[in-house]
Amino acid sequence: MTGAAGRVIGRSVARNEDERLLRGRGMYVDDVRAPDALHVAFLRSPVAHARIRVLDVSAARAHPGVTAVWTHADLGEHAEPLPLLFPHEHLPHPKTQQPLAVDEVDFVGQPIAMVIAENRYTAEDAVELIELDLEDLPAVVDYEAAVDQGPLVHADLPTNVAADGTWTVGDPDRAFAEAEIVVRHRFVCERSSSMPMEPRAVLARLDPGTGSLTVWDTTQCVLPVRSALVAKLGLPEDLLHVIAPDVGGGFGLKGYLLYPEELLVPLAALRLRAAVRWNEDRREHFLASNHQRGQAHTIELAATRDGVITGLRDDFVQDQGAFIAYGLITPWIAASHVAGSYRIPNVSVRYRCVYTNKVSVSPMRGVGRPQSSFALERAVDLLAHELGLDRAELRRRNLVQPEDFPYAREGLFFAGYPVVLDSGDYPKALELALDAIGYDGFAAEQALERERGRYLGLGLACYVEGTGEGPYEGARVYVQPTSGKVQVTTGLTTQGQSHATTFAQIAADVLGLEPDQVQIEEGNTAAFGFGAGTFGSRAIVNCANAISLAALEVRDKALRYAANMLEAAAEDLEVGGGMIHVRGVPERSVSLREIAIAVNPIRYTTLDPSTAGVERFAPARTWSGFERGDGPLLEGSAFWAPSSTTWSNGVHAAIVEVDPGTGDVRYLRYVVVHDCGVMVNPAIVNGQIHGGVAQGVANSFFERMVYDETGQHRNASFLDFLMPYATEVPSIEIHHLETPSPLNPLGIKGAGEGGSISPPAVTAAAIEDALAPFGVHVDEAPLDPQRVRALIAAAPGGAA
Amino acid sequence: MKHAVTLTVNGERVEREVEPRLLLSDFLRHELGLTGTHVGCEHGVCGCCTILVDGAAARSCLMLAVQADGVELRTIEGLAEGEELHPVQAAFREAHGLQCGFCTPGFVLAITAFLEESETVDLSDGAIREAIAGNLCRCTGYQNIVEAVRIAARAMGKASA
Ligand code: FES
Ligand code: FES
Repeated sequence: MTGAAGRVIGRSVARNEDERLLRGRGMYVDDVRAPDALHVAFLRSPVAHARIRVLDVSAARAHPGVTAVWTHADLGEHAEPLPLLFPHEHLPHPKTQQPLAVDEVDFVGQPIAMVIAENRYTAEDAVELIELDLEDLPAVVDYEAAVDQGPLVHADLPTNVAADGTWTVGDPDRAFAEAEIVVRHRFVCERSSSMPMEPRAVLARLDPGTGSLTVWDTTQCVLPVRSALVAKLGLPEDLLHVIAPDVGGGFGLKGYLLYPEELLVPLAALRLRAAVRWNEDRREHFLASNHQRGQAHTIELAATRDGVITGLRDDFVQDQGAFIAYGLITPWIAASHVAGSYRIPNVSVRYRCVYTNKVSVSPMRGVGRPQSSFALERAVDLLAHELGLDRAELRRRNLVQPEDFPYAREGLFFAGYPVVLDSGDYPKALELALDAIGYDGFAAEQALERERGRYLGLGLACYVEGTGEGPYEGARVYVQPTSGKVQVTTGLTTQGQSHATTFAQIAADVLGLEPDQVQIEEGNTAAFGFGAGTFGSRAIVNCANAISLAALEVRDKALRYAANMLEAAAEDLEVGGGMIHVRGVPERSVSLREIAIAVNPIRYTTLDPSTAGVERFAPARTWSGFERGDGPLLEGSAFWAPSSTTWSNGVHAAIVEVDPGTGDVRYLRYVVVHDCGVMVNPAIVNGQIHGGVAQGVANSFFERMVYDETGQHRNASFLDFLMPYATEVPSIEIHHLETPSPLNPLGIKGAGEGGSISPPAVTAAAIEDALAPFGVHVDEAPLDPQRVRALIAAAPGGAA
Repeated sequence: MKHAVTLTVNGERVEREVEPRLLLSDFLRHELGLTGTHVGCEHGVCGCCTILVDGAAARSCLMLAVQADGVELRTIEGLAEGEELHPVQAAFREAHGLQCGFCTPGFVLAITAFLEESETVDLSDGAIREAIAGNLCRCTGYQNIVEAVRIAARAMGKASA
């Protein structure tokens, strides 16, 4: 038996999901019809830190159209703090948020009271009627200062430092003692947010007849949300369903578990025996959906005079916000990536998470990678400068080599797995990027342009991206009886990653179909009961391998039945075009649909006469019972649990032009070299890179969350928070390498986050290079025109 | 106090009584069930709620339903002619111009208005980027949307300016 079909994996087929979305037939949570639903609005803290003196909701309760108003006092056992997901010895002072504030508020936007009313307009009116009297407490805003001084965010803790840990590889102290040169600098990345275009939303409906509760949620993780709600609400799994229908972007923010609203809205539906919905507005999203990025790294590199990096020390502090439900996930991911693409044998990395009176941080596309990459790549540039060595050459001398794989960094961990880079060709990626950006000729061009008064600069950065973390994902593949459609069900969700296409390609490849003949069902706990969710560039690695195995099972069964039906030997059969046929005799064939009909002894030929056609074949089974427990259907199920994580890698290079007068920065070129192993659909991989780079560019020059010294959020709207439009994001030139991962049968690695990692480092390097005549150093991201001008003014050559 | 409004939506006459403070976006989504018009900010910046008001692109979150009295609206649901996608929709599919799809209806309608406006369009990268700079997308990095504009312009027979 051989598969006769052309490979479907690797083809840039158009997406299965597009037609529906383009016609406005998407079904996002707020589109789910529930005309009878009650609507929720929250009273949220107007200040960053205060004691609640008076909270009186009686006038709101009395307002016409209001069903209920709850404060923490109404929540009973649910007033308890939300769960800490990853306790650890390095986290001695964990604090998680109460669903509704108790006695104290710790950030602007924290929910204090919940109004449930006949519509959102009325609910908001009632929020206005709540009497709230607060006694201000000093706000902790500067997280670096808060390490060892000033007021406390949580008065019952001895310190603002929630977590403090160190990871070590080799013998860094010795490497630094023996170093011929050491560079050391502090690099800072500011807070931003995932900022999906669709805000969060939750709709919950209790079916009074069955007592079952269905929750529509913009989550990236339906099954973990269901587990959390089962635990909290005391309903069994069979009476609690979580559905993430279409979700308008997540980027990590919607993978958090749990936001208070995700508990409170289902709780309201259960208690009020009704449908209840809450839609976050954009201001709430800015204030109360998690942020990320804020980290300050002090990094040191030890090296020999000829540019071999022998040691790295990083000590970084993370702006945690008021709570730490996700434990150390973000600092761990930053720490696991701190040595990047380089063969640095001795590493020490210390991480601390510091409470501040701001909304909490949780993973956002890239998680800690952009920050540690910013520190590392900027430090490598600094080392090159100190050594008087070309920065590309310095990188070349230190890259992990193709023969080094698997390359272990004993002592660092990614997603719980020891860091072992699995495969790649890092030197080739670098040379490709240098070539594409025209590195060798750039200095001459730059000098020429400078004479004309134009300031051009080039930035370069290498990165690695740990992807494909477990523990597992699964899939069920089956051929629908009668219609013959192939249906794939998984425990994942999708927020734009194109699973309906890429996953279909995997099944189609095995079953000899076209991708549009395969339907993907996701985001519904009632359809598939086990899995983690879509985050951490893990979905394709885990799920595609599970789908492939499940589809192979379907194919094996189909071949076995087809051999019976066609009275041929299985070895003589070929699969392709939705058919199985005898090799060399295409007319002796049977379709997947006919096999699916034939294996089911229950057949309604009078209802659907077309199914009677299978009678022309020999029986699918050689005896009347079910062989090998196969049952009456053509299906396969499989789970994939990776043994370790797959490491994608790449190089970014950019050329920018800076106007020293206005501080304006414009990208002239942006080159990405990208290796995520075998690509299922290159166009979709490119789309992921485009989007990732755009977010990285936003973190380089546009977006920051501005808090004043009282902890007020000063730019909580799209008018003030500069999210890039098409006019700000550069056109990106992509070059692919495809080094298969040895860790899974398909050779796939993840691709969701890579694009977002390098832009801050590349942009900073390019701006610094452009402004070299002024002696400007860039050690922060993002910049903006004012900051560029301030850097020039403060630089040695700036006053001239 | 409710007000009577009469308007045309996707070619059909609609008569309703509405609260004076009801946003046009909410009216379309909740009263008419036209949920293809998305709401991303409700303060006029993201463009997700863009619709065509008498042929011109407008943000439905910045209008009240009562202000739509007597006008002709086109939403994403009314763009395709039956089975056939509108050239702008088809171009988005061809160019992989959408990922999560949440910003997409707004972009598609804004671009439709832009392309229908004139016989010739400047199809340089810079000009297209300027033309779509009223809408935010968080997924695509815009590059494939720029390409979709080019494909659609060709399909609609627009000469390059
Ligand atoms: S929702 Fe109308 S512009 Fe954002
Ligand atoms: S496709 Fe997701 S916001 Fe544009």
